[in-house]
Amino acid sequence: MSLVADGLEKRFGTTPAVAGVSFEVAAGEVLGLLGPNGAGKSTTIAMLAGLLAPDRGQVRIEGRPLGTGADPLKRRLGLVPQEIALFEELPARANLAFFGALYGLAGRALATRIEAVLELTSLTDRARDPPREYSGGMKRRLNLACALIHEPAILLLDEPTVGVDPQSRNAIFETLVALARAGRTLVYTTHYMEEVERLADRVVVIDHGRVLADDSVARLIDAAPAASFLTLELAQPPLPETLAAVARLAGVGEVALDGRRLTVAAADLGAAAPRVLEVLAAGGCRCEALESRRANLEDVFLSLTGRSLRDP
Amino acid sequence: MSPALITFGALVRKDLETFLLDRRALVVSVVTPILIAAFFGSLFGGDGQASLSRVPVALVDEDASELSRALAADLAADGALAVVPLGRAEAERRVLAGKLGVAVVLPRGFGHDAPRALFGGSLKPAVLLYYDPSQGLARPLLEGLLTQHVMERVSREVFSATGSPALVAETLAAVRANPGIRPATVADLSQVLEAVRRLQAHAAGDPAAAAGGTLEVPFSLSATPLAAGPRYNGYAHSFAGMSVQFILFMGIDAGVALLVMRQTGVWRRLSAAPVSRAMLLGARVAGTTLVALVILALVYLAAALCFGVRISGSVAGFALVAVAFAVLAATMGLMIAALGRSVAATRGIAMLVVLLLVMLGGAWVPSFVFPEWLQQVALVMPTRWAVDGLDAVTWRGQPFAAALLPAAVLAGFAALCAAVALARFDDRAG
Repeated sequence: MSLVADGLEKRFGTTPAVAGVSFEVAAGEVLGLLGPNGAGKSTTIAMLAGLLAPDRGQVRIEGRPLGTGADPLKRRLGLVPQEIALFEELPARANLAFFGALYGLAGRALATRIEAVLELTSLTDRARDPPREYSGGMKRRLNLACALIHEPAILLLDEPTVGVDPQSRNAIFETLVALARAGRTLVYTTHYMEEVERLADRVVVIDHGRVLADDSVARLIDAAPAASFLTLELAQPPLPETLAAVARLAGVGEVALDGRRLTVAAADLGAAAPRVLEVLAAGGCRCEALESRRANLEDVFLSLTGRSLRDP
Repeated sequence: MSPALITFGALVRKDLETFLLDRRALVVSVVTPILIAAFFGSLFGGDGQASLSRVPVALVDEDASELSRALAADLAADGALAVVPLGRAEAERRVLAGKLGVAVVLPRGFGHDAPRALFGGSLKPAVLLYYDPSQGLARPLLEGLLTQHVMERVSREVFSATGSPALVAETLAAVRANPGIRPATVADLSQVLEAVRRLQAHAAGDPAAAAGGTLEVPFSLSATPLAAGPRYNGYAHSFAGMSVQFILFMGIDAGVALLVMRQTGVWRRLSAAPVSRAMLLGARVAGTTLVALVILALVYLAAALCFGVRISGSVAGFALVAVAFAVLAATMGLMIAALGRSVAATRGIAMLVVLLLVMLGGAWVPSFVFPEWLQQVALVMPTRWAVDGLDAVTWRGQPFAAALLPAAVLAGFAALCAAVALARFDDRAG
């Protein structure tokens, strides 16, 4: 089921939160929505979920415009909020029954769905316990289960793994992979690049309420200014002329020095690395450790916005 | 069943489940008002069968005359007073310590001087009253009763057939010698006193002539409790007051819970469902109203079983007032959620407002003890109308019509709260 954000704009008072966001998610596609805090991700998700009416623009599901309030199109959507949005004192099963009933589920159909999502999120054994007795990871899983109870075709996930331990994060992630494989359309916002790289077919980068990039992960990385990075831990900081010599080398991009740690961007690491080491050795710099990595979304994001995804 | 009904039912059921699962809320909302109402009810006369408590009074008789002893006996026989004979120092000490509300000192010469001061001209005996300022009602009560008993006793001494002829002769001489009384008045009073002297002379010769010749209080007093119900029950008012108070507390809790829902993302999740805001808020009001009615039913059940409180008037009227007040508590909660910002501050301010409402509404003590201006203020308190409405159909035994005005006023306040809530309920956190 396709989802279209068409020129979405939203202001709060005089502050523009979203200023013309457009993208399309095809049926069965997984879209990563990336942006630092305050970029406009949550407001965009709120409009995609029918929580907020855009000041301008439109959200369409299968070509039909989505409204707020009691619009029946919302049945196609499931929202996993960033917060643990559960009734802490009600047992997990009662939480699921309640949220299922909000979507008109009742009787056998509701009972079947409750069992299915408990199974999917591995919470069957703890279904009688209230979330206040759960670990953080279990609460996150139940948070996800409540969004899946009515079998939405499109799942909107607003940082669904924030603040959980790696094991629980992995469990949630496995569930999402399974949902993606089952053909659900997923819109996923997160700070964790590796999650997006692993899960998303496409990435939309948002900052200051605008779309900065919209492409597949591979193409975004290919389009990055550097394909690879070489990081060297030196015995002592290099002299300025040595640093300048490294920067002048053919195929070397940006050079950054942080204390004794030197990072060099290169289009072709295999060709650039020996020359860099050679220049450093000539300048009297002994290399104590060396590591290399390919460019990732973090680098793409940095080059697009000038700041890191996890900047405050 | 239609999806809308399923949704509405789920929203309301969730509120009830949440309330019933929260043992603290159950205890606070049901058990506490019962305990406090039982306490206040016993203070306000219990079930109406217990005798009224008497005001303890110290009597210091420094005169020890026939008149002062007779007066002491009169005061001791008065059903409103519990007289404790004491010396002056001990009486002062006890009043100062707050152990006694008031003490009266009959000075030396009281029995001689009081009858002679009846027409002025003689030095009036100075009766002393010591009172504890924190027990303000005891003083005027004693002043009234003391005046009554002194006047009865002295006028009987002077004017009745069994009175003292010597005293009458002495009084007659004093009246005639008093330059402050006009001659015509002296003549009239002389005739009266001469007549009394003749009456006493006849009685001395023929005791039967004295029968019925004493002075009496010129009226008889018959006190009838005015309540259409079987009898007054002090618990009924207290249970009304405490129900009102604790249901409003529950309304605060419901409002704060909604505020928390808005701040924790639950409201976002609810709003993401295909449910209108009107249904979400309407179901919230319905759920809280039901919880309020459950509390009211449980508290009044305890009141009926343990304290004999009855709906002596219209049961339908009781239901009408109960529903109107429950809706008010629910919409007040909604307003709190709409206006509140931080949970702690919102709860604190709301508690203060509710305490003021119930205090001024006469839920703790009857509003007639308030100063007059405060009684006028109380008329605009919804709590006053709730308590009055519940009182009307319980121990006052009033018909359905008596519930209409309180219910209408409560419904008006509920509409006001709902309007404010809807106007201010934005989606800032949701």
